[in-house]
Amino acid sequence: MIEEILITARSNPKVDPGLGIWSWEIPLYLFLGGLTAGIMCFAALIILLRKEDQAPWAARKMVIWAPVLLTVGMGALFLDLEHKLYVYRFYTTFQISSPMSWGSWILLLVYPASILLILCSIRDAYPRLAGLVDRFSIGHWITTYACSHRQQVAQWSLILGVFLGFYTGILLSAFSARPFWNTGFLAPLFLTSGLSSAAALVVLGSRSPSERLMFVRYDIGLISLELALIALLLVNLATGTAVQLEALSHVTSGDFAISFWLYFVCLGLLVPVALNYLEISGRRIWVFVSPVLVLYGGYMLRLITVEVGQVSRWTSYTQSFDPALLDLLR
Amino acid sequence: MAQYAMVIDTKTCIGCGDCVVACKTENNVPAGLNRDWVVEATRGTYPNLTTEFRSERCNHCSHATCVYTCPTGASHYWRDSNIVLVDASKCTGCKACIAACPYDARLIMHPDGYIDKCTFCHHRVEQGLDPACVSTCPTRCMHFGVLDDPNTPVSRLLQSRDYKVLLPETGNQPNVYYLV
Amino acid sequence: MRLNRREFIKLSGLLAAGGIVPPALLSGCSSRRLPGTGKLTATPTVCDICFWKCAGTVHVEDGLPWKVVGNDDDPHSTGRLCTRGTGGLGAYEDRDRLRQPLLRVHQNGKQTFKPVSWDEAFGFIAGKMQTIAEKHGRDRLALLAHGSGGSHFERLLKAYGSHAYAHPSFAQCRGPREVAFGLTYGEGVGSPDRTDMEHSRCVVLVGSHIGENLHNGQVQTLIDAINQDATLITVDPRFSVAAGKSKYWLPIKPGTDIALLLAWINVLINEGLYDKDYVARYTVGLDQLTQHVQPFNPEWAYLETGLDPELIRDTAYAMAASAPATLVHPGRHVTWYGDDTQRERAIAILNALLGSWGRKGGFYIQEKVDLPAYPAPQPAKPETDWKAVVQPEFPLAPTGISQKILQACAGPEAYFKGLFVYGTNLPHTIPDIKATLEAAADNLDLFVVIDTLPAEITGYADVVLPECTYLERYDDLRNSPERVPSLALRMPAFEPSHDTRPAWWMARQLAVRLELGEYFPWDDYADVLDWQLKQVGSSLEEMQASGVKRYPRKTPLYFADRQDIRFQTPSGKIELYSRTLAEHGYDPLPVYTAPEKPAENYYRLNYGRGPAHTFGRTTNNPLLFELMPENAVWVNPRVASQWQLKNGDYVQLKNQDGVISNRVRVRVTERTGANAVFMVHGFGHTARGLRLTSGVGADDAGLMTNVKLDPIMGGTGMRANFVTFVKA
Repeated sequence: MIEEILITARSNPKVDPGLGIWSWEIPLYLFLGGLTAGIMCFAALIILLRKEDQAPWAARKMVIWAPVLLTVGMGALFLDLEHKLYVYRFYTTFQISSPMSWGSWILLLVYPASILLILCSIRDAYPRLAGLVDRFSIGHWITTYACSHRQQVAQWSLILGVFLGFYTGILLSAFSARPFWNTGFLAPLFLTSGLSSAAALVVLGSRSPSERLMFVRYDIGLISLELALIALLLVNLATGTAVQLEALSHVTSGDFAISFWLYFVCLGLLVPVALNYLEISGRRIWVFVSPVLVLYGGYMLRLITVEVGQVSRWTSYTQSFDPALLDLLR
Repeated sequence: MAQYAMVIDTKTCIGCGDCVVACKTENNVPAGLNRDWVVEATRGTYPNLTTEFRSERCNHCSHATCVYTCPTGASHYWRDSNIVLVDASKCTGCKACIAACPYDARLIMHPDGYIDKCTFCHHRVEQGLDPACVSTCPTRCMHFGVLDDPNTPVSRLLQSRDYKVLLPETGNQPNVYYLV
Repeated sequence: MRLNRREFIKLSGLLAAGGIVPPALLSGCSSRRLPGTGKLTATPTVCDICFWKCAGTVHVEDGLPWKVVGNDDDPHSTGRLCTRGTGGLGAYEDRDRLRQPLLRVHQNGKQTFKPVSWDEAFGFIAGKMQTIAEKHGRDRLALLAHGSGGSHFERLLKAYGSHAYAHPSFAQCRGPREVAFGLTYGEGVGSPDRTDMEHSRCVVLVGSHIGENLHNGQVQTLIDAINQDATLITVDPRFSVAAGKSKYWLPIKPGTDIALLLAWINVLINEGLYDKDYVARYTVGLDQLTQHVQPFNPEWAYLETGLDPELIRDTAYAMAASAPATLVHPGRHVTWYGDDTQRERAIAILNALLGSWGRKGGFYIQEKVDLPAYPAPQPAKPETDWKAVVQPEFPLAPTGISQKILQACAGPEAYFKGLFVYGTNLPHTIPDIKATLEAAADNLDLFVVIDTLPAEITGYADVVLPECTYLERYDDLRNSPERVPSLALRMPAFEPSHDTRPAWWMARQLAVRLELGEYFPWDDYADVLDWQLKQVGSSLEEMQASGVKRYPRKTPLYFADRQDIRFQTPSGKIELYSRTLAEHGYDPLPVYTAPEKPAENYYRLNYGRGPAHTFGRTTNNPLLFELMPENAVWVNPRVASQWQLKNGDYVQLKNQDGVISNRVRVRVTERTGANAVFMVHGFGHTARGLRLTSGVGADDAGLMTNVKLDPIMGGTGMRANFVTFVKA
């Protein structure tokens, strides 16, 4: 028998008895970041592939949500900080080895890119808003610039969107200390999930049945890709080292098994993809169920990943004492 | 890069926890928070048993994932050595470093919010003293010094005795060595 | 806690400055300044957390307590304090400390404690003492004390006219070994124990768990021995820390130690492995001993102890091979099974056969500094002999037996009418004492408790006097009989908190009120210390700077080769066979009695110490509470699976007499055998005033209802209790 225990009480809040540093704020931020990435990617792709007529809402009107959602996400991020007054320190340096530092600066670039992407279609998509913008000389100038450089704006938005989507994954996968996250599959998985969520957003937001059907088709492809990536991720863990096997056990037989398989895989992926298939086969169903489940699934993916990642670890000590007793001191 | 190391002899460590209390008082660590701790590992079945005690803390890794992951540079190496410190005035409390540490050695300093951990008592090292835990250990099983010089006590101990580090497979190159 | 105090000062400073709050943003976070960069002061002290009395230095930064570290010159600590000593500031900062004298009053039909002034408290006590003197006699007052301040109350007691005092450390702790070694060698082991482990080539620990029991010098010298590759032999039913570092661990059946010791003596004698020259030169009684141990060979011992006969022989050979640098350690807390004096006699005899007494690596000769007492009149001895009334059945006990004194306070025919209790929490100290304590509290005319914390004992008192901690007072110079004679100074590092005072002040104030001031001819105890120091070539000023002063030895550390020695025994020799015991009707040579067997599903209650605490004294110390907030009951995995207990479960323990303990955490570990459970003593406090530790953990002392009384010296054997589990 091996008995490895802590014989002095250690109860650092949020670290003991298990890591609990991030709760809902980070998953929400990752989800909204991924959604923003998806929005920008789709808008950019449609412009670049000249399919704007088939998907006008996705190309022109959806983009306005990008900075809004991103701001909400960053608000959640701010709420998570323990030393809030020093948030500006993210922007006094660039740490090349830190994905979070990359992300801070990428976000800073995403805002102007998304603004330009909005402005390049605003006169068609939101005429009244465009009128308001045009009243200011600087607004007029930027809008005109964006409209005349539509292709470049789309290209840069595509690149930044992909960066953003990947970054939300790399942010977690760079942590070698958390075996559940430490896999290359996380970056493409999160980007794919972001695209899938954006597609679902189109289905919810667009007024055109043909556009909606188009994105239902896209979403089938994206969800299938997501399922494949998740399967590969799990196989990677299952054929890995001891800590990886232990990390996997949390979702196969541990506390997170039900959340993962029922709430996420089933409700967030399998049911929507089935509903989407029925829809393109011509069956009459409630069309809003699937995209809502897809969005829900996108958030659940982040939530479960963040939680299981914190639970997965290299060390494993048993506490000898009731950690709650230390609260008497605090 | 000066390589500071702590060498702890498990043959004579009795797991008394003096190091933990000394660190608390020396560094004014707030009540309920711990920069170091003691682990007991027992193997075997009665009466064929062995027990090992380990005083653990931040390992001041030569390849510290917490330093690499910090977005603001708050987690940094002190003066071209491997001593990892946190600059509270740069810390946003994002806790990435806590997630990045495979040894769970970092903590949130309540109520202020910045991140804290063992500093190898760099304020004492600067004056040529040992960290508080090393200085107080009643069995004198803890040693501290630089490994760059082959004649320091820590270098000699690692040359002459078998030793191990915690979780070498993480690739972090920890600098707290346990003589076995 | 410390943080809150700093913030408080900071805020009030800011408010006083007009309320301008500097924007911390741009100037950088006000993270803690590096320690040691403020205004520093250092004050010498002698630690009082346990009874090893290490000298140390209290460091204060900017007026706030910073840390306590060891004094490098100190032979007790060699500059390093133990876990409890390092946490000493917690005793000063403990928010639950007694603050003011308390007087028991009747209010609204209930009894409660009313905070009163010192004047009123002393007036009450002096009045009661005078009444007792008039109605019953001056010898009817008793004192139970443990700790440095006790000597002042002893002086008060003697000045008043009584010699009736006891230290629980005798009958509840090391009494058996002092008596046994006294009978054998003419002197006891003493404190600090005169073990020369730093030079031992072989150390034998019989039940002693040095390493969890954290007497600083003992741990340090044992580790010295280990570092020099000495052979360590540990006899313990539990895999203690010492067992884990031993070459030989003998997992003995509990209660059978004497069988093993007799077998070892048998092997040494029969195979001629004892120190023949030493034994011939210095001892008497070898013939009787030889005849006595013949039946007790290793094969016989195997049946009793469960230890392999080969192992018994091998360890005997190892001991002999390293002799005379072989120390069979006498232990410290040795009141276990009621035949403890006999077991200690066996240990003393074994050491004599190995020739280790007075030899390097065995037992050295202690020496104190020749420090004169402050000139003061000596009180007259009382005419009555209280021992003849209270403990006549223990003529060989050289000092008071605490539970006998307490028993003599109870009942209508009680001998004592007044009791002082200083620095000892009796319900946790003496097993199965609650009923006696309650009867005593009902009966006594005066019951005074002096303590630093509102421990359980204070609930029984008429008057509670709050003493300040060792960090806030002067005390007698530490002058312990040691390897290197030294003096150490304890001086206040802080002003006494709230309305607490030192014991010397309390004793003197009472003496003055009782018109006994002549026996306390000083105002400030610092003057007494200064006078004493000047007699030995030092001064208070010098000691305030250095803390410790070493003096050269005047006597040799060990016996010289073939030195002629007269031991302080009746025969003048080391008495392997004790005539004194025979004359008093006890077994002159150790006799083995098999231990009681438990009922089915009951396990022996094995208790001990943990390095984080000094029994129950420190469980409320916030620094040490943080290290070890509760105790756990160690359960062998086979037993745990039988009872379906897992790590972290909470159970209650029920003993053989039906007493049920508080809930205690379960630790499933192989380190204890299937026949015993283990827990650290000192938890399970019921005193609500100890807000951190009250109700936490379980009290083992409460489960010790089967007390085995040692017939020779009155020790209370505590290891004869068995427990079963009651699932919560």
